[in-house]
Amino acid sequence: MIEVSGLSKTYGDVHAVRELSFRVGAGEILGFLGPNGAGKSTTMRIIAGFIAPTAGTAAVLGHDVAREPQAARRALGYLPEGAPSWPEMTPRSFLRFIADVRGLAGEHRTRRIDDTVARLGLGPVLDQTIETLSKGFKRRVGLAQAILHDPPVLVLDEPTDGLDPNQKHEVRALIREMAPGKTIVISTHILEEVDAVCTRAIIIAAGRLLADDTPAALEARSRYHNAVTLAPTLAADSARIEAALREVVGVAAVEPGERPGQLTALATPGAQPLAAISALAAREGWSLNELRLEAGRLDEVFRTVTASGVAP
Amino acid sequence: MNGIGPIYRRELASYFATPLAYVFIVIFLLLAGSFTFSLGGFYERGQADLAPFFGFLPWLYLFLVPAVAMRLWAEERRSGSIELLLTLPVQPGAAVAAKFLAGLTFIGLALALTFPIWITVNYLGSPDNGAIVAGYLGSLLMAGGFLAVGSCLSAATRSQVIAFILTVVVCFLLLLAGFPLVLDAFRGWAAPGVLDAIASLSFLTHFQAISKGVLDLRDILYFAMTIAAWLYATTLVLEMRKAD
Repeated sequence: MIEVSGLSKTYGDVHAVRELSFRVGAGEILGFLGPNGAGKSTTMRIIAGFIAPTAGTAAVLGHDVAREPQAARRALGYLPEGAPSWPEMTPRSFLRFIADVRGLAGEHRTRRIDDTVARLGLGPVLDQTIETLSKGFKRRVGLAQAILHDPPVLVLDEPTDGLDPNQKHEVRALIREMAPGKTIVISTHILEEVDAVCTRAIIIAAGRLLADDTPAALEARSRYHNAVTLAPTLAADSARIEAALREVVGVAAVEPGERPGQLTALATPGAQPLAAISALAAREGWSLNELRLEAGRLDEVFRTVTASGVAP
Repeated sequence: MNGIGPIYRRELASYFATPLAYVFIVIFLLLAGSFTFSLGGFYERGQADLAPFFGFLPWLYLFLVPAVAMRLWAEERRSGSIELLLTLPVQPGAAVAAKFLAGLTFIGLALALTFPIWITVNYLGSPDNGAIVAGYLGSLLMAGGFLAVGSCLSAATRSQVIAFILTVVVCFLLLLAGFPLVLDAFRGWAAPGVLDAIASLSFLTHFQAISKGVLDLRDILYFAMTIAAWLYATTLVLEMRKAD
C-alpha cells in the first residue's frame, strides 16, 4: 500500500509537486499520467526516498519514507527513470549485488535470482556487460533489480519507455502477472498502456492532481464516449449519410473521423445512439465498411484535462 | 550498517573492470620508481632507508589520489546510478564508507606493489624496517586523507574533471598548510592562534613525522579525524543535493 498525503516539492520558485494526495491499495495497478515535467518522476522519487518532500508525507506499507526509510525501502521495488545501472557489470553480477545489499542469502537468494532471470528472459545475456546490451535488455535488467526481492510494493518509472512493441507487450504482461496481492504504480505518457495494464489512473499536470479514476470512467469523460464511428463504402454517400445521422435522436453532432472517409457521430450526454444508427443503416440500405462504438478516447481526455488544468 | 560489504566488493571489482586500475598502477609504480632512484638519488645517498621514496610520495599522491577519487560519486551522479544506489535499503553513510574503503584498498594495493624498493634497500644494507613500516602506514593514512577530500568534492559535482581539479587544489593547500606558501596569506591579519591552527592542519608535517618512523598517536588521530570529517561532509553533501 502507498499513501501520499499533502505532498509538495518546490525547487526555488518552481513547484514540481503541489498538495498531492492519493492512496493505492494491494491488487491495484495505478497508472500515473501526465505530460513531461508534470511531476511524475518527482513524486516517485519521493516515494522511493531519493528526495525529500518540501511538505507532506509518503508512506510505503505503512512506513513513512522520511521516518522509517530503511523499512520503507525494504518493502519497495523501484525502477528509476531510464533504468540506471552500472555499465561495466554483467546482469549476473548486478543481480547478485542487489541480492546481497537486500540481504537475500543462501538457497533463497539463488532461487530469487534464477526466478527473476527466467521471468525477464535475461538468460542469454547474463554474462555480457550491461553497456553492450540493447535498450530493451537494459530496461529488463532494471526491472529485474526492482522485482528481485519480490517486494509487496512496486514503483516503476516509465517501465516501457524506449522498448519496441513486442517488448512493451512482454513488460505489460509481466506487470499484470505480478499484480495480484501487490501494489504497483507505473508512470507513463503512453495512454494505451493505461488501458492495457492499469486498474486506475491518475492524471497530473504542473504538479497538481487533475483526475483520479478507472480507465473506463476516464474514457467516459471523453466527448467520444458512446460515439459511433462509421465509414461509407462510397465517398459519394458521405454527405447524405452525414445529414441523416444528424437527425438521429441522441446524436449531438457529426464530425469527420480520425481517418479519411470516416464519420463520427457524437452522443449527447447519457445517450447511446448506436442501436438507432445501426437500425437506420439497415433500413436505408447504407453500404458501410465499418460501424463501431467508441468507448471514449483517453488521449482526448488527457489533452482536455491537462490543457485546461481542471477535470472535464 | 548493512550493505557496506556488497558495495565495497562491487566498487573494488569495478576498478578492475576497466583499464583504469592497470593504468593507475603502472603509472604509479613507474613514477614512484623513477622519483626514488633518479631524482631522489637513492644510490648516491649511501643510506639504507626509504627517505627518497617517502619524500616524493606526497607529491605523487597529490595528483594520483584525486584521479581515483574523482569518479567515486561524480560518475554515479552523471550516469544516474546514484538514484538506484541511494534508494536501496542502505544508509548513505554506509555507501560513503564502502566506496571510500574500496578506493583506499585499491590505492593500498598499488602502494604494496612498491615492495621491490623495500627489498632493494634490505639487500643493499640494513635499514630500520620498523621505520619503513611506519612510513608505509603514514603513506596509506595520507592517501586516505586525500581520498576523503576527493570523495566529498566528487559528491558535489557530476563532472569528474571539476572534481579532480578541486581535489588537487584543496589537497595542495592541506598539504602545505604549515608552510609559508599558505601561511603567508594569513600572516599579518589573522591571530597567532589561528596561524598555529592552520599550520597544524598540514598533511606534510604530520606525514613527515610518521615517515621518519615516529608513530605518534596525535599524527594518526589527525589523519583519522581528517578522514572522518571529510567523509561525514560527503554524506551531508549527498543528502543535500542528491537529485541535482
